[in-house]
Amino acid sequence: MSDFKSNNKVVNWVEERLPIFSMMQHSAIDYPTPRNLNYWWNFGSLAAVMLIIMILTGLFLAMNYSSHTSLAFDSVERIMRDVNYGWLLRYLHANGASMFFILVYIHIFRGLYYGSYKSPREILWFVGIAIYLAMMATGFLGYVLPWGQMSFWGATVITNLFSAFPVVGEFIVTLLWGGFSVDNPTLNRFFALHFLVPFVILGLVVVHVWALHTVKSNNPLGIEMKGPQDSIPFHPFYTIKDLFGVALFMMVYLAFVFWAPNFFGEPDNYIPANPMVTPPHIVPEWYYLPFYAILRAFTFDLPFLPAKLQGVLAMFSAILILFALPWLDTSKVRSAKFRPLYRQFFWLFLVNALVLGYVGGKPAEGILVKIGQFCTAYYFAHFLILLPLLGKIEKPKALPASIASPVVKAAALGVMILVGLAGFSGSASANAGGGPELKKPATAFSWEGVFGHYDKAALKRGWQVYHDVCSACHSMRLVSYRNLADIGFTADEIKTIAAEKEVPAEPNDEGVVLNRPARASDRFVSPFPNEKAAQAANGGALPPDLSLMNKARVSGPYYVYSLMLGYEDAAPEGHPIPEGKFFNHYFPGNAISMPQVVNDDIVSYTDGTKATKEQIASDIVTFLNWAAEPELDARKGMGVKVMVFLAVLTALLFALKRQIWKDIH
Amino acid sequence: MADQAHNAQPSSVDGQTRRDFLLYATSTVGAVGTGLALWPFVQSMNPAADTLALSTTDVDISAIKPGQSVTVVWRGKPVFVRHRLPEEITAAEQAVMADLREAQKDSDRVKKPEWLILVGVCTHLGCVPLGQKPADPRGDFGGWFCPCHGSHYDTSGRIRKGPAPANLPVPPYQFTSDTTVRIG
Ligand code: FES
Repeated sequence: MSDFKSNNKVVNWVEERLPIFSMMQHSAIDYPTPRNLNYWWNFGSLAAVMLIIMILTGLFLAMNYSSHTSLAFDSVERIMRDVNYGWLLRYLHANGASMFFILVYIHIFRGLYYGSYKSPREILWFVGIAIYLAMMATGFLGYVLPWGQMSFWGATVITNLFSAFPVVGEFIVTLLWGGFSVDNPTLNRFFALHFLVPFVILGLVVVHVWALHTVKSNNPLGIEMKGPQDSIPFHPFYTIKDLFGVALFMMVYLAFVFWAPNFFGEPDNYIPANPMVTPPHIVPEWYYLPFYAILRAFTFDLPFLPAKLQGVLAMFSAILILFALPWLDTSKVRSAKFRPLYRQFFWLFLVNALVLGYVGGKPAEGILVKIGQFCTAYYFAHFLILLPLLGKIEKPKALPASIASPVVKAAALGVMILVGLAGFSGSASANAGGGPELKKPATAFSWEGVFGHYDKAALKRGWQVYHDVCSACHSMRLVSYRNLADIGFTADEIKTIAAEKEVPAEPNDEGVVLNRPARASDRFVSPFPNEKAAQAANGGALPPDLSLMNKARVSGPYYVYSLMLGYEDAAPEGHPIPEGKFFNHYFPGNAISMPQVVNDDIVSYTDGTKATKEQIASDIVTFLNWAAEPELDARKGMGVKVMVFLAVLTALLFALKRQIWKDIH
Repeated sequence: MADQAHNAQPSSVDGQTRRDFLLYATSTVGAVGTGLALWPFVQSMNPAADTLALSTTDVDISAIKPGQSVTVVWRGKPVFVRHRLPEEITAAEQAVMADLREAQKDSDRVKKPEWLILVGVCTHLGCVPLGQKPADPRGDFGGWFCPCHGSHYDTSGRIRKGPAPANLPVPPYQFTSDTTVRIG
């Protein structure tokens, strides 16, 4: 620290009063770093970048979010539809959460592989676990905020975990809820806490880095730096390498944001929370799935230890056991490179964790229950039996005298990302199953693919079908008449369309509420004044709102397309259909209340297109997709530009990195 | 910065130039990218599409008697609709332009002389001036008086005295019939 001097008077003046420049010099520039760190060591800095992106996007989202049960869902949709770039902020935030966990999981497994938790890095490891725990809490709290079906039921299930504890359980749960169920007080406090905890994480990250700089980085060889020849200064070598990693990572992250923004999400969360109806298959966010599997693995009551409590205790222990890891692992050798046995068990443990994740994402049925139980047992055995034994029986390979091995090449990063995504997408898509294979239109939907965008003519035809047919029963309450400008209607046309419907006006001077014609700024007027009226008019079945239909079902566009065309005049043998219901191949349970409406020539298209039923179904799906994702054209258009930019930046960073590193390799 | 070059001593002068070029190119592209990335964040704080589309306000003026005023809400702000008396119109029309802080003819501020329509927000610091109710003080010029810091507006809503810099603005409006005005 004392070696800091500058020619700049202002810098010196500040330095004497607050040694911030010497601190920067010491911990971000000169900081001695092992020269042999491979790309697995990029994930710490990547996670830090991700945390900053999460805090920033979260802050700006919070400016537009309402944490009241009656407003939350719609305020999120307003962010998606009306707030400038709101869709970008929200998708950055939602996908950012998943990315954050991917990065941190890789970071943790890097630590496990190279023994980064061993002396003298125990406290560094502890702080890391604390960060991970705080992240789990934040992720859970945040997932509740959109107040969709998964938000609500996720909150219900997770808070109920605490009810497993004897005596105090009920008390804790009531305290968490602030009521007798998950409700408005719960949502309010979850929002407050979701805002707070990330800053706690930020503080913990500072401590994590502090501890790191005290004990210095571990490295792929797992041996300490012995002298200056083993280390290089952090800047410029690792600043440039980290920046190169950031650019590469941004391409992966933003690919999801721009082209598959709901890949990690659950369609059910685009259905507003309903405390009266639990979705048939509820799962937590993918990053909790291994622990969810452990929770469900316990099915036998023991004296004083009911299955429920066993599961909850096991789930918490599964994380807390990581605190004991520095002592459970009895081997003196850090890096798995030199531990032939541990290396194999490391991979087994990783596979075991991925299987647990897969099981956690599937319904608890049949063989999966057994597999989940076996993997849970193995999870604990790894820590409690294998690790202590391995240290005793394993004969490690000879350690090199000093750090001199070449740096692992960039290919490792690519392989890692592929492995990670393959594992996680397995569990993500695992939820899709069930039901017959969906129909696909003869020509792909116009908006599909990297460069896809809405076909305006199809949108207008779809609107015609919605307007003439669907809107007799189905509302579309999140779309406004003014939005029709997107699909090519002029201001005057929109005015005329809106004026077909009436809405209640402001009370007049006598306090009487009269109706006025709807205006461009009004939302689509629903066909029924309220849900009860809609049910009564439709034989007790509520025609669902169509605003988000394409996003609220698994493979939404194909599902709706298939449903439109999936009717059978008479129920097939062995599939009795109740009175007043119709048989549809694609509707869950086959008995649907909506009669077949899509038929040849139910509309005559103003643009002269032949109204076959396939054409109609395809057009209505296109229109519904626009209603659900009005930002799609802007999103994909921006995505292409951003990717081109990032490709240039990444190439430049890579070239610069090679220049800087060429005398090190 | 000097020690950074020292730490990674390039092997040749040629390498140094190449490295400098890469460093500047990369920094520029990176800085531009970061700047562009901030744009959506800033923009998200501007009015959203639904806010911008906020509807026009229709006012039924048939019940407003000469000398009376009503206040209606337009874009979350009060709009004054005053049915002016002949003497108020005369006063407004005869004001000497040289006396005005922001010179504007009364005829440029109304579509029909008997109807004066103004955004009722003081141009000083945003209070709502008094003068809409019969019992309100209307200031030295018989129009409106802003109690916050003492601005006086005349019967055309022009600033005549006090700290406010400009006249009360006239919102866009049109007479959709003899008895209704659409503001916005
Ligand atoms: S706000 Fe009206 S005088 Fe200051």
